[in-house]
Amino acid sequence: MWERQASSDDAGLERKSRTVSGSAINGQGGDVLEIEDLVVVLGELQVLNGLNLEVDDGQMVAVLGPSGSGKSTLLRVVAGLLAPRSGRVLWDGRDLAGVPTHRRGFGLMFQDFALFPHKNVAANVAFGLRMAGEEPAAVKQKVDEALGWVGLDGYQERPVTALSGGEQQRVALARALAPSPRLLMLDEPLGALDRVLRDRLLPELRDLLRARGMTGLYVTHDHDEAFSVADRLALIRDGKVVQVGPPGEVWARPAGAWAARFMGISNIFSAEVRGGFARLPWGTVRVASQEVGQRTLVMRPQGIDLLPPDVDASGEGLSADDRALARVVTSTFRGGRYAVTVVLTDGSELEAEVETNRGPTQGDLFEVQVDPEQVIILNDYG
Amino acid sequence: MDRNRNRLTRLPVRRLALAVAPALFLGFFFVYPLVRILQASLAPSGCLDLAAVAEVFTRGSLRQVVWFTLWQATVSTILTVVVALPAAWVFARFKFPGRDLLRAGLTIPFVLPTVVVGAAFLALLGPSGPLGVDLRRTIWAILIAHVFYNYAVIVRTVGGLWAHLDPRLEEASRTLGAGRVRTFCEVTLPLLSPALAAASSMVFLFTATSFGVVLILGGLSYATIEVEIWRQTTSFLNLAVAGALAVVQLVLVGGILWLYSRYQERVTVQQPLRAAADTARRPQTWRERAIVGGVIVFTGVFLGGPLLLLVERSLRTVGGYGFDHYRTLLQGGGGALVLSPYEALQNSLLYSLAATVISLVIGLLAAGVIARGRDLLSRGFDVLLMLPLGTSAVTIGLGFLIALDRPIDIRTSPILIPLAHSLVAIPFVVRSSVPVLRAVREQLREAARVLGASPLRVWREVDLPLVTRSVMVAGGFAFAISLGEFGATALIARPDTTTVPVAIYRLLSQPGRGSFGQAMALATILMIVTALSIVLIERVRVGEAGEF
Repeated sequence: MWERQASSDDAGLERKSRTVSGSAINGQGGDVLEIEDLVVVLGELQVLNGLNLEVDDGQMVAVLGPSGSGKSTLLRVVAGLLAPRSGRVLWDGRDLAGVPTHRRGFGLMFQDFALFPHKNVAANVAFGLRMAGEEPAAVKQKVDEALGWVGLDGYQERPVTALSGGEQQRVALARALAPSPRLLMLDEPLGALDRVLRDRLLPELRDLLRARGMTGLYVTHDHDEAFSVADRLALIRDGKVVQVGPPGEVWARPAGAWAARFMGISNIFSAEVRGGFARLPWGTVRVASQEVGQRTLVMRPQGIDLLPPDVDASGEGLSADDRALARVVTSTFRGGRYAVTVVLTDGSELEAEVETNRGPTQGDLFEVQVDPEQVIILNDYG
Repeated sequence: MDRNRNRLTRLPVRRLALAVAPALFLGFFFVYPLVRILQASLAPSGCLDLAAVAEVFTRGSLRQVVWFTLWQATVSTILTVVVALPAAWVFARFKFPGRDLLRAGLTIPFVLPTVVVGAAFLALLGPSGPLGVDLRRTIWAILIAHVFYNYAVIVRTVGGLWAHLDPRLEEASRTLGAGRVRTFCEVTLPLLSPALAAASSMVFLFTATSFGVVLILGGLSYATIEVEIWRQTTSFLNLAVAGALAVVQLVLVGGILWLYSRYQERVTVQQPLRAAADTARRPQTWRERAIVGGVIVFTGVFLGGPLLLLVERSLRTVGGYGFDHYRTLLQGGGGALVLSPYEALQNSLLYSLAATVISLVIGLLAAGVIARGRDLLSRGFDVLLMLPLGTSAVTIGLGFLIALDRPIDIRTSPILIPLAHSLVAIPFVVRSSVPVLRAVREQLREAARVLGASPLRVWREVDLPLVTRSVMVAGGFAFAISLGEFGATALIARPDTTTVPVAIYRLLSQPGRGSFGQAMALATILMIVTALSIVLIERVRVGEAGEF
């Protein structure tokens, strides 16, 4: 299985000492969450389709996928709120099937927070501690501590219904963190907030999770968020893990055209690759590979340059037919760089990021040059 | 897999266990008596015998009763709509000082016990009333009292929709050349029709099954089916005819409800609704001010007048004003009453408390069954629990008298009264708690479970605190309903189990200035206690709205 392979690979990358395969690590114990061949059917719909995933001790795994891909369902199964049709969830090598939610010792932060409207801030945060049977004095101390982590000192007596969205998010986080769960799951923790607030809270959230060394699952549909918080990233689609690995690697080598497109790269073309060149419908570009055959090419906007058309951009002595000419459709200044969309000779569009002071304007004609190092060649045609 | 299946079968089992008590309760105290009524009227001697039902339609006096019931309900409904529609418009479309208070006050007549309204109108329309005409025992007394009673139904139901209608639709009609009347008939009225249909069928049902008002104001000259059931039972001991009348009334009520639900399916138009705050404005022209002012004054006088008069009469003595009637309430009732009115008040409070407890326990168990699922069990239970609403109070009382002689004879037990009252109150308890229980987001329960709360703990920490307020509201309603209940009690109360409404009725039907004054005083006390419990409910409600 490909995803298995990848997961043990990056375990090796991150923890040089443990270069054995994933299952061998788990066999030795430690706080490891293993999800095996999970299948969940809700009504007619198969939401999880044999999903496999592992979370090592102290690791925050971001589960990234579009809405409807089964991310939240995964969390509900791990939390024990939903029984899978088949497959297993193991903690520390032990099957959790018979363990009810309230005995799992996991934390879950809900997307729209699910704060108890009849309890104030302190009582919300205290809830898990009380359930764990902590002494009132210890509860109070830990509540204060947790509110300190999220920057809500002095909010104890406020009713939760009077809080802003950002404050509610912090209370929900404090409530999930306060009982020191063995595993923390966050379901789109910033999803209910607006863009501005999200950008402000994301670094805080990441630093807090890092500082506490939380083991966890972080569900999101936003790749920036996932890259920011994750030690490891699992890309899921239609209830299956498509790719898993360190964020940098997933970003550098998307497992397929769908993965690339989901992470925001729209320059995806099918091409005939041979002898270090790729022949596309709109021209020929150089690639850093000696593969031969029909491939999918993913080109990062940063690897594309636009040169005046009178220069022979390739410098490879290509015939005029092979030169990729393009006309500018839109050009947006992004502070030192221009995000440019050009239309190619076959009518398809290409996105480029150009570092220049003088922006290309609509209708300008350019020749496209592609940096071979920034081209990803995939076997997959999706 | 096994676990999974196990969980799926375990859940309904738990709900079924919850359903046992309410099902047994309703089965024994509602369904079984109804079956016995059917048996007594359709098959008194064991085999089918339609003589009693036929008698209802062949005997002149009984046919007259059915005919009167239908036409007075029709006229009462039309009158109520016509009289209350201007107020519905004013409350929906205009802002004026004290609007919210006045709108809350509108509801008071609606929740008052029928005997209180009957007493107030006796004072108003009697020979020494301020109007100077004696309308007692005329159809007018009944009709006016019915309009008084149901005024709030129209204002609140129709006005509620009216406030959300987009005024621009009416403005568009005006710019297209339609005058005010044309606009009202062709735009406003059709848009209001769902609310009008709902409100008028409610009014029709209430007036068709009117008991206390007709009994007190109509005297011997007028009788609805309800009154006739009571008369046949208590005066002539003719249970077969009483049962047949109850069956005819059940069919009638069922028919109206069926027609209404058919109509509503057809008429429900999706229309863009506006926030009520956006459609209301201050009256601007003199004409508008005059109309708004006139409607407010009329509403105040029409609804407040009879009640104030009731209080005034309760204080009026031979030589002026004083608390003489109240003082005599403490003494024995004399001829008409075995118990003193004071003892009746004690009875009433005790029965109301018992009825509140019974209806809360049964109603909340049932609400739990209904709210926790949307399956057959939930829907079936929902229908079963609403059935007592469509059954008149007198029918419930008659059922108790006919049925509860076996397996054990509890017809003489005082518990009978709170049992009957709770049957009337349970639908209200269910109606007010199901939405709240359903509104407790499953996510809150899940959040509690993830944080380590066991199922029992989840119920205690999440469900219970969130529904406490609505339980209190439901309890308050049950208490108020029980306190004023007259129809069922009139049939089953015995001399030693007299309640306040029954005592008021006995005092009113007794000649003499003293007992009339006593009736006024007792009615005033009942009105104040009822109004107080309603005001408390409203306050709890407002708090709830503010918090969530």
